Amino acid sequence: MIKTDVVIVGAGPTGLFCAHQLGIIGLKCEIVDNLDKIGGQCIELYPDKPIYDIPAVPECTGEELTNNLIEQIKPFKFNFHLNDRVQELASENENWIVKTTNGKEFHTPNVVIAGGVGSFEPRKFPTKSAEKFDGTSVLYSIKDKTIFKDKSVAIFGGGDSALDWAIELSNTSKVSLIHRRDEFRGAPASVQKIKELTEKNIINLFTKYSIKDVKGNGSLEEVEIKSESGESKIIKADYVLGFFGLIMQLGPIAEWGLNLDKKAIPVNTENFETNKKGIFAIGDICTYPGKLKLILSGFHEGALAARGCFKYARPNEKYRFEFTTASNTIKDRLGVK
Amino acid sequence: MAKIIYIEHNGKEHVAEVQNGLTVMEGAVQNDIPGIDADCGGSMSCATCHVYVKEDWYDKLAKKEMGEDDMLDQAYEPNSYSRLSCQISVSDDLDGLTVYMPEKQV
Repeated sequence: MIKTDVVIVGAGPTGLFCAHQLGIIGLKCEIVDNLDKIGGQCIELYPDKPIYDIPAVPECTGEELTNNLIEQIKPFKFNFHLNDRVQELASENENWIVKTTNGKEFHTPNVVIAGGVGSFEPRKFPTKSAEKFDGTSVLYSIKDKTIFKDKSVAIFGGGDSALDWAIELSNTSKVSLIHRRDEFRGAPASVQKIKELTEKNIINLFTKYSIKDVKGNGSLEEVEIKSESGESKIIKADYVLGFFGLIMQLGPIAEWGLNLDKKAIPVNTENFETNKKGIFAIGDICTYPGKLKLILSGFHEGALAARGCFKYARPNEKYRFEFTTASNTIKDRLGVK
Repeated sequence: MAKIIYIEHNGKEHVAEVQNGLTVMEGAVQNDIPGIDADCGGSMSCATCHVYVKEDWYDKLAKKEMGEDDMLDQAYEPNSYSRLSCQISVSDDLDGLTVYMPEKQV
């Protein structure tokens, strides 16, 4: 169990800057994110795309913005809990008990939801029958590649994950690669390699096909694929892998008893608190009259939410506003002279 | 200005007058037409504004730009009439354009 002043859900730019503001006013926080890296949408959706509307930064990429924010909060030595997701919130006295998928537990008076449009999850097969095998023989990521040795593996997708795994697993497994069109979006060298392996009959390539059904009694035996004209084929498969990228799902946030407006959480604009005391929402996930989904708005929201957290984390202290240019206390917190 | 016809997966039809220069996605969002999520807000970074363009309209639209098909690979049940509605810019020529929404976006 970890005791802290604030748990931040989401390590995108908004969550990171809120952490900075918490550090400045002397509060501790723990940051949880479902992705395996820091940066949220900036790193997952557009690491290389230039952003032109960060105040005083004429142009930077999503990756540069993330790296600068990480640098900015370094002095506070906050903990990140990546590859983990906040699953449950329960109130106990004046505190929230926050539980994650990996079994971590935090006790905190404040939770700041900076969850963007939700957590990134792999897009799954649309086929109902695939659900039955989900996590056992229908997989969307690979943790242990040795399970595929000498097995038949059907891989769906046209990006780098699909191509890289098709190439890698073709060394020890019977690989079929299925993609909905002739072009691949993976790296040209991988596309070339796939072509070579297909010509040598090492990989079975099916383009302009998508999944129709998965079949098996107990264990998975075969996968049926279909073309757009309705023609179908059966492929023997012990495992079916889908690499269709990530989608954003609101996920467990929807079950925390918060008011929701479509996929967003209504907040007040004084401190961005939700309908639950001590739960704040900032960034793309919050909504209020005039809300703009800009990174700079998220920064502002994070700064005010941080002050809102102070009230519950230090109920016996009075919050005192200070400038970073003038305050020795803040300079101490930042480790600068 | 063009009249755009949006048909939900359950067959429910919505007609919206959409200003020139807006996208088909924006036309849906501004008129509260369900079935188009547009999570990324139109930056071609997700695939949640996916629509199937009515066959006879498909070739009348400006061709897909680089990257759109890559995103469509990640859409729910794409087919050869699939487009991202954030990449279809409305003009007078598109008056009567009909798009079908997929069963779901995510």
